[in-house]
Amino acid sequence: MLEQSPPLVSLRGVEKRFSNGTVALRGLDLDLRRGGFVSLLGPSGCGKSTALRLIAGLGAPSAGRVDWGSAQPPLSFVFQEPTLMPWRSVAGNVRLPLQMQGMSKANAMPLVMKALAGVGLAGFEKHYPRQLSGGMKMRVSIARALVTRPALLLMDEPFAALDEITRSRLNDDILALWAAQGLTVAFVTHSVFESVFLSDRILVMAARPGRVVADIAIDAPYPRDDSFRNSDAYAHYCRIVSAALKEAMAAHDTI
Amino acid sequence: MTRSRLLAILLPLAFGVFVLGGWEFLVRAAGIPVYVLPGPLTIAAKLVEDWASLAESLLVTLRITGLALAAAVIGGGGLAILFAQSKWIEASLFPYAVILQVTPIVAIAPLILIYVRDTEMALLICAWLVAFFPILSNTTLGLNSVDHNFVDLMQLYRAKRWQILWYLRLPGAMPYFLGGLRIAGGLSLIGAVVAEFTAGTAAGGSGLAYRILESSYRLDIPRMYAALVLLSATGILIFGVFAALSWLVLHRWHESATRREQ
Repeated sequence: MLEQSPPLVSLRGVEKRFSNGTVALRGLDLDLRRGGFVSLLGPSGCGKSTALRLIAGLGAPSAGRVDWGSAQPPLSFVFQEPTLMPWRSVAGNVRLPLQMQGMSKANAMPLVMKALAGVGLAGFEKHYPRQLSGGMKMRVSIARALVTRPALLLMDEPFAALDEITRSRLNDDILALWAAQGLTVAFVTHSVFESVFLSDRILVMAARPGRVVADIAIDAPYPRDDSFRNSDAYAHYCRIVSAALKEAMAAHDTI
Repeated sequence: MTRSRLLAILLPLAFGVFVLGGWEFLVRAAGIPVYVLPGPLTIAAKLVEDWASLAESLLVTLRITGLALAAAVIGGGGLAILFAQSKWIEASLFPYAVILQVTPIVAIAPLILIYVRDTEMALLICAWLVAFFPILSNTTLGLNSVDHNFVDLMQLYRAKRWQILWYLRLPGAMPYFLGGLRIAGGLSLIGAVVAEFTAGTAAGGSGLAYRILESSYRLDIPRMYAALVLLSATGILIFGVFAALSWLVLHRWHESATRREQ
């Protein structure tokens, strides 16, 4: 593994206090290893989304630091909602980040087409978001995130609003994209099953204040598919992670 | 589908013909004199007969309405964009926009006519005053209604201020702006007519409202109706143009302009 190389990003003693007095995170230490697939798992209100947003640079920590080593690599963010501009076609939405960089349409379109093909949406570029299903919208959102060839992909409960079938298909696809593109992924979820299936490492977080309470390695080989979903190892890890999550939720008095 | 569509056109037409026919019949049967209530045919004849002068007046009214609306789009839209840049600018100026809006135009018009020498300019200002507020308030609402996720997204792209305005806020505000435009279109016509009435014959106006006034002094009731018909038609035309524009811009993406199949 890549244990020896320096982490892509390190959070040290990070605290986030909002203006209404809520302490979302306190004393958060977290390393993202290059090429890893890390899930942040925890009950709602544990600050997992806040941690992700701080890594993305959406807001600054109240204390502590976010350390990028030499320079911040290009990163992309996938929100819980697809967040597609309804007035732009599928291709127009995927082209948006390139357009903001000042890339011409002629140069951008081949990349857009490739990104769309990568998420299985070739042929849909002229459609508008309202014509697509929830799963397809999320695929467009992922294509938009990947079109800039980021080193780090931050995903904030991207599949939470999708049905089970769509969700597991997208789980398969995101693993394939991760493997194919050499990405580092940080994935926020509240699903034990999803996190075990996807991650090589799960950080279990507790709330009030938000912090990491368990760091669990999922030592199952990739590529993972349905045979992993049905394996004893998968069930075993799910039990371990569930127990850790239960403990994390007991760590504070609210349910 | 086509059948119900055909009916949707034919039924109101049939109703209109029925009402006009009844009107004509009543006027003739009861022998109502023309200076009390002319029948539709008399009005139509008058419209043809006086077409030259009425068309000239129509053009004057259309010109004022069109210019006032254009000024309202530029003024209201521009001010809304300015408001979107800083909530302090908005907080300082918005109350005055409201005051301008809630003060009845009929009450301000005589003052404007005194201060502004050029009658056409005075009429223009009156029409603009009533038309610009719906555009301002709707566009402001639209510019401020952007989903915060989009703002985050643009921040992640390190988008510049103008890029956020151009690629996010303006397109997002488009349905609101077009809604305001539809209201403002009707209001600018009303503003032009009200101002013309206030200016009256003394100001040497020549728009449709002036024709109505002039005809009433002469008890030329058919001509009053003829001018009224033209005013109505103008209103309908303005509404139709903006409804079409709205559809053209929004039909591909906005819920208001898309058809759902059940």
